[in-house]
Amino acid sequence: MSIGKSEVASISRLAMIAVADHEVEQVAAKLSKVVDLFAQMQAVDTEGVEPMAHPHAVAQRLRLDEITEGDQHQKLQAIAPAVAMDLYLVPQVIE
Amino acid sequence: MLHTLSVKQMSEKLHAGEISSVELTQHYLDRITQFDPELNAYVTVTPELALQMARDADERLKNGTAGLLTGIPIAHKDIFCTDGVKTTCSSKMLDNFIAPYDAHVVTLLKKAGMPILGKTNMDEFAMGSSSESSYYGPTKNPWDLNAVPGGSSGGAAAVIAANLAPMATGTDTGGSIRQPASFCGITGIKPTYGTVSRFGIIAYASSFDQAGPMTRSAEASAWLLNAMSEFDQRDSTCLEMERPDFASELDNSLEGLKVGVPSEYFGEGLEPEVEKIVKDAIAEIEKLGATIVPVSLPNKDLAVPAYYVLAPAEASSNLSRYDGVRFGYRCENPKDLEDLYRRSRAEGFGAEVKRRIMVGAYALSAGYYDAYYLKAQRLRRMVRDDFTQAFEQCDVIMGPVAPTPAFNIGEKTDDPTSMYLADLYTIPVNLGGFPGMSVPAGFANGRPVGLHIVGPYFSEAKLLNIAHQFQQVTDWHKQTPAQYQ
Amino acid sequence: MSWEVVIGLEIHAQLTTKSKIFSGASIAYGAAPNSQACAVDLGMPGMLPVVNQAVIAKGIALGLALNAELGKKQVFDRKNYFYPDLPKGYQTTQMDYPIVGKGYLDIEVDGKTKRIGVTRAHLEEDAGKSNHGIVKGMTGIDLNRAGTPLLEIVSEPDLSSAQEAVAYARKMHELVTFLGICDGNMQEGSFRVDSNVSVRRPGEPLGTRAELKNINSFRFIEKAIEFEIERQIDLIESGGKVIQETRLYDSETNTTRSMRTKEEANDYRYFPCPDLLPVIVTDEVIDAVRATMPELPDAKRARYISEMGLSEYDAGVLTSSRAMAQYFEALNKHTGGKDAKVCANWITSDLAGALNKAGLEIAQSPISEAMLATLIARIQDNTLSGKIAKQVFEAMWNGEGTADEIIAAKGLKQITDSGAIEALVDQVLAANPAQIEAYKAGQEKMLGYFVGQIMKLSGGQANPGQVNALLKQKLQA
Repeated sequence: MSIGKSEVASISRLAMIAVADHEVEQVAAKLSKVVDLFAQMQAVDTEGVEPMAHPHAVAQRLRLDEITEGDQHQKLQAIAPAVAMDLYLVPQVIE
Repeated sequence: MLHTLSVKQMSEKLHAGEISSVELTQHYLDRITQFDPELNAYVTVTPELALQMARDADERLKNGTAGLLTGIPIAHKDIFCTDGVKTTCSSKMLDNFIAPYDAHVVTLLKKAGMPILGKTNMDEFAMGSSSESSYYGPTKNPWDLNAVPGGSSGGAAAVIAANLAPMATGTDTGGSIRQPASFCGITGIKPTYGTVSRFGIIAYASSFDQAGPMTRSAEASAWLLNAMSEFDQRDSTCLEMERPDFASELDNSLEGLKVGVPSEYFGEGLEPEVEKIVKDAIAEIEKLGATIVPVSLPNKDLAVPAYYVLAPAEASSNLSRYDGVRFGYRCENPKDLEDLYRRSRAEGFGAEVKRRIMVGAYALSAGYYDAYYLKAQRLRRMVRDDFTQAFEQCDVIMGPVAPTPAFNIGEKTDDPTSMYLADLYTIPVNLGGFPGMSVPAGFANGRPVGLHIVGPYFSEAKLLNIAHQFQQVTDWHKQTPAQYQ
Repeated sequence: MSWEVVIGLEIHAQLTTKSKIFSGASIAYGAAPNSQACAVDLGMPGMLPVVNQAVIAKGIALGLALNAELGKKQVFDRKNYFYPDLPKGYQTTQMDYPIVGKGYLDIEVDGKTKRIGVTRAHLEEDAGKSNHGIVKGMTGIDLNRAGTPLLEIVSEPDLSSAQEAVAYARKMHELVTFLGICDGNMQEGSFRVDSNVSVRRPGEPLGTRAELKNINSFRFIEKAIEFEIERQIDLIESGGKVIQETRLYDSETNTTRSMRTKEEANDYRYFPCPDLLPVIVTDEVIDAVRATMPELPDAKRARYISEMGLSEYDAGVLTSSRAMAQYFEALNKHTGGKDAKVCANWITSDLAGALNKAGLEIAQSPISEAMLATLIARIQDNTLSGKIAKQVFEAMWNGEGTADEIIAAKGLKQITDSGAIEALVDQVLAANPAQIEAYKAGQEKMLGYFVGQIMKLSGGQANPGQVNALLKQKLQA
């Protein structure tokens, strides 16, 4: 298996997704299957091929520097899980 | 029966005043009430919104400001943000998300006067090929309730097949319009990347995602594509160019059309019955005046691994915003910040979504970036170049959409990679950003099979022309499961 | 054995746009919480970024000013990490293809010029702000600042003392404010300086560096670096080891202390942002930016000295900010451009003194360039003596009107009528026969006494030149 327990722990931390102890083995097994699929790619010679990030070779369009958005905090915060004094709340962050 | 009318007939009758939009909309709402409980194709039904919009449409039909699609109801995949309506992406994460804005597609189709029947079920965050990963349970295939409808736009395909909506929107990242269209026996087209604005469409993999129409006929797809594609400056990847009239070539003859048939698409793994249906369909098109050209897509097998590196990589980053802070699911009593993140995401996302986020994070992580992410991007170009070279010899490429007809519910859920590998015909098209469509072409053991037509960039009108001509001499697209007729 | 100090600076300059780098929300400072955080800034589902044209123009301007390689192709990347002030879970930044490549900035320390390398400058989005203690046990997040455009300017580790580091930071501050691409307000966080400080024995490889963050004045930056250098030297000399960490400066105790964070090696998983396309900057765009760029401080200073004959000191003061230079140049123009030195004197002495006393910036000066120009003209046309002019200046400062209004209202016009002056001279001479004797006996200093008496009698308004001439004439008669 290409993904073991310690890899699952570090991936879980990168992705900020908790993996319960009893799930670790199964998660490792399924991730391994996917990663094994990637191994096929290594057989191909891609020397000199430029990586392709987008289908079209088009340049970024630029926006005029204008204020188009007003104060919408009431509407946007109506669906927020925890707000006080117009601030989004999270457990205390110690700095 | 209103639901047996074609979209063209509906439009004519609405404009002639023979039927009203309210009548038509109510008819579909009644059918949804009757049939959706067994199909589970809708996540949300919006009868009040639908009827209000239908009344407005009737007003426009009377005062002469109506367009071709005014008054014809539509179902939106639950990935399109709809102002004031729950937009879930079929995820527990967004079970409480009332979108505060419309996707550009929704804005355009509201402007066109199409009453919104509701939001259709899908694979969670569009990650899947069977609609089984939905938080709201799987959608059933109207042709066989034991079968999946395909995915991720499985709900959209099912509502068209079962006549629970005359038109629907879908999105296609690795085949999510074409494969369910094939599985449910309907017509669907994924346009060239950049044709339809992604603004307000909940992102899965930004450089692949593209929205398109899902309907019974190619003609209806052409009409809907005309209405949903317009340049939108809010999406940086939306192409700034004049959109053609996608319906303008429907009636053209196929005389002289060069159809490329890649030998690689008829090899190992393709079910013989599917192969026969696809070959028969190609023969039918030959009869309409086309000639067959053998072409080669040598890197086809690399598309699946490359896609399953790149799409999850983009997704792992796109889905970081679901952190339980500003919207969406938040776990109970987080003990600290990290606990808030880790549990909200662990509890809010389903297994397949978590898997792809983790795979993507892994592919981008230090030490693997070059071997996985960059390698996959290079392969992406090689796959795209295969198509570009093939299109020097032919106008379009034809083949199967999927190696099999719809599989059974639960059949592939244990082994994610077996599901991934079934996307082998659709994924290369997304890697290149080419337009592709699925056209109903027959049945294998009572389950529909689609013909896959892929063209060069901006060849949508040509694809729709071919499909429309095919549909003039076949009636696969008109067939409906007995109980939904 | 001696120590060598190695310092590199990372400067974050907020760009003076109206709207954010990727959205149409305002970046104005001090708005009500979250009132300027739109759906794009909040990273809401389906929202997409579009690049603000102004950030590209401003970045290119800096690149030109630093004689740097320009990013004709720029790519925005995502830097992935989770933090409450980072709504999308990634910061959009430029990793491999920044807007500004290698360049340099010349600084002066102890009269010597030193060239400091600029490694790069890249565009990125700012994060929001955390507020502690508003709700017990919770942190409140204000995302107004999220998406504010930043230019991160990274120097080479070419700085070898706290003094040099601050000279570089000041020079960069002067440059970005001169270019008008950043307002330079350090209190509001518009210009933030992070210093990477390390020490080593000459000839040895680079030592481990500590990063000093969030220091909001040049004075404290200098003190913090000085303290940090001492701390590291003491640490190593007493057998300890410097660890790589972020340290905060406490201005009350003048010390730095370690920031208590879980310093795990972050894996940011940079990759090109798939929602954005490469930014392509054409030569036409670069030329257009160049055409609108102001003359830069170094060039201005040189021109003030060589063409206008100003002293180095005056040239320095007059180019200390773009507003100062603009004031000087406008004043010089209003006075016909013939007396740059006189203009410079008024600004660097009287005006600068008054502004300083009142705590005002030159842009807030109650005396406009045109007003000061009139005052200078009245001296040149003999309406005012230099001394009375100071009085008029004060009145103008206090808002009593223009120079002409004040002269008229207070009757301050210089007496130049020779008859009137003669009468004054006669009056004073008649009243001081003993002093005339003394003068004639050889006490020439008495001349000054007479002038003083005459000026006093005239209320300071008699033309001193005429008074002198007439007096000499009468005394020699």
